[in-house]
Amino acid sequence: MLSIKNLHADVDNKSILKGVDLEVKAGEVHAIMGPNGSGKSTLANVLAGREGYQITQGEVTYNGHDLLDLSVEDRAREGIFLAFQYPVEIPGVSNLYLLKAAVNSIRKYRGLDEMPAVEFMKLIRDKAKLVDMKPEFLQRSVNEGFSGGEKKRNEILQMAVLEPALAVLDETDSGLDIDALKIVAGGVNALRHEERAIIVVTHYQRLLDYVVPDYVHVLADGRVIRTGDKSLALELERHGYTEMSEAAASAIEARAVS
Amino acid sequence: MGSSANEIDHLVKREYKEGFVTDIESETLPPGLSEDVVRIISTKKNEPEFMQDWRLSAYRNWLKMREPKWASVHYSAIDYQAISYFSAPKQQAGPQSLDEVDPKLLETYEKLGIPLEEQKVLAGVAVDAVFDSVSVKTTFTDKLAEAGVIFCSISEALQMHPELVRQYLGSVVPAGDNFYAALNSAVFSDGSFVYVPKGVRCPMELSTYFRINAMNTGQFERTLIIADEGSYVSYLEGCTAPMRDENQLHAAVVELIAMKDAEIKYSTVQNWYPGDEEGRGGIYNFVTKRGVCRGSNAKISWTQVETGSAITWKYPSVLLEGDNSVGEFYSVALTNNRQQADTGTKMVHIGNNTSSTIVSKGISAGHGQNAYRGLVKVLKGADRARNYSQCDSLLMGDRCGAHTFPYLEVKNPTAQVEHEATTSKIGEDQLYYCRQRGLSEEDAVSMIVNGFCKQVFRELPMEFAVEAQKLLDVSLEGAVG
Repeated sequence: MLSIKNLHADVDNKSILKGVDLEVKAGEVHAIMGPNGSGKSTLANVLAGREGYQITQGEVTYNGHDLLDLSVEDRAREGIFLAFQYPVEIPGVSNLYLLKAAVNSIRKYRGLDEMPAVEFMKLIRDKAKLVDMKPEFLQRSVNEGFSGGEKKRNEILQMAVLEPALAVLDETDSGLDIDALKIVAGGVNALRHEERAIIVVTHYQRLLDYVVPDYVHVLADGRVIRTGDKSLALELERHGYTEMSEAAASAIEARAVS
Repeated sequence: MGSSANEIDHLVKREYKEGFVTDIESETLPPGLSEDVVRIISTKKNEPEFMQDWRLSAYRNWLKMREPKWASVHYSAIDYQAISYFSAPKQQAGPQSLDEVDPKLLETYEKLGIPLEEQKVLAGVAVDAVFDSVSVKTTFTDKLAEAGVIFCSISEALQMHPELVRQYLGSVVPAGDNFYAALNSAVFSDGSFVYVPKGVRCPMELSTYFRINAMNTGQFERTLIIADEGSYVSYLEGCTAPMRDENQLHAAVVELIAMKDAEIKYSTVQNWYPGDEEGRGGIYNFVTKRGVCRGSNAKISWTQVETGSAITWKYPSVLLEGDNSVGEFYSVALTNNRQQADTGTKMVHIGNNTSSTIVSKGISAGHGQNAYRGLVKVLKGADRARNYSQCDSLLMGDRCGAHTFPYLEVKNPTAQVEHEATTSKIGEDQLYYCRQRGLSEEDAVSMIVNGFCKQVFRELPMEFAVEAQKLLDVSLEGAVG
């Protein structure tokens, strides 16, 4: 579904991604872990198409097409969803209104009519239960005055409603207490599907106790330095990023010498 | 990230759909202002003598006054002798049936989306159509008359109800109130007149549609609305003008009088030609609007959506004389390109237990400059006055400006006055977020701006709320590729 080859990206002429390779197939859950500044969020935003990143090398194909060619909104309409690390507040616009506009923009792109109001309301109510969200929540302005946990639950609600093919969760676990984490993880697990791929970007192993990944990649200094199964996350938890980065660095050095 | 400034630029490129000129034969006075011109206007309108005297005294007053310079707007000096003070399409004056109205005029209003045939207009809305200096048609007058409501042009009111006009004209905005009000009092040519009798709830929305067409002509309309005891009326005005390279002056006066237990709801959707991207042309909109809650429990509510004009200078105000009277001001002002707006309100608390609410939303884009200027004044004898003010500014791009000047004069210790102000930028973050959910950039901007204005839009009559929302979209419409 998603194929990233030798991806290099700069922000303000500073190189952040320095050759990322990643293959993601439908039905898989990948975790991308790494220390602060390793390029995790950059990778998530490059996939979503945020402006301000210069792609200097490499390619990204999504369902066989060049992803980097598409605008932010067209990527969304093609089924890419980004759960934001810091969800944005939009005063005066209700959650419901944003969701409706989003659903119908995507339907229009796919040549479908607007979703009838009754059907839409039923959809939203069903999905809201998934993240334990009360109906009055839907009437509130998008993320305005929401607690950290509410914001993250709202992201998962949006994901549930938009049913993306590829969901990228950018540090969805940050700032959550254990109860909120369980709710969010429950929502994510409910959305695991054989036709859907999920990329979980996280700093800590904690979320992965609840959302168990098929693959774990360690990102350091703009590259994937290790790939493994969920046990890699535990190893990381024990040894820390520094040790692993150093080991990777000496491995690269060793290769260069030989 | 540098690209976002350009994008916002694209987004706010506006297209002014009402900028056409109607080719119609007009009778226009040569430019210039003198006592003779004032007399000619009055004579042309066959006015009672008191009116002519009133105009002349206003004119003499005006000669002694100076243009106010305190507003946060900049423009080159206006040559008042270069303006024509009267222009009317050549046709029979006075009330008439539709088939007597020049088809070109009907066509003009049709094109503006204001059909004057009663069967075609929005259900439940009566319209007075003012073209340059005269009212060309008022709809549903008969139906309103059945309810006892008088709705006609002010010229007609001077013929049919001179006593009512004489009693109330200038009672809220005196002829010498300020420079523009004095000018208007001297040369006003037409406008609307409304009288709602005791206990009557006006059966339909009333509206006036102002259109400037002729070149080098000023428009000076005068509106007078009287809601007698226990009555209710909702009134809306809309306005547009052709695109011209010269600036044109619009100096209107609106007076509202709400007696005991009466309520007036006055809504404005102002879309005068704003000038081009470089700031050439556009209307100077220098307007005095004031209402008085004369009796207890009276209520006056101003709602305005200001998207047009090169310069807007207006402060719809309420004098809260009656005990328990209520004043409200809800405003959305958008400035784009080189537009400047200095707008706000004055709430003067005179009676006891009076309350006022001010909600102002300023949107600046391009090089637009937007100032909120408001005064809340609580007189010594006004016990337990309450005011809540909220001024929010939204900036789009980094070359525009927002300014807030809240003035407070509280002379009574029992008053409760609250003021809140925020300034926010339409963030790249917000746009990115919405686009990541599948919305186009245009839809995202529209949604964010409408969200910002929601508190004001919900005060508008429903049909006009939709209209206002569309107008904002058009004003911010651009070629997003």
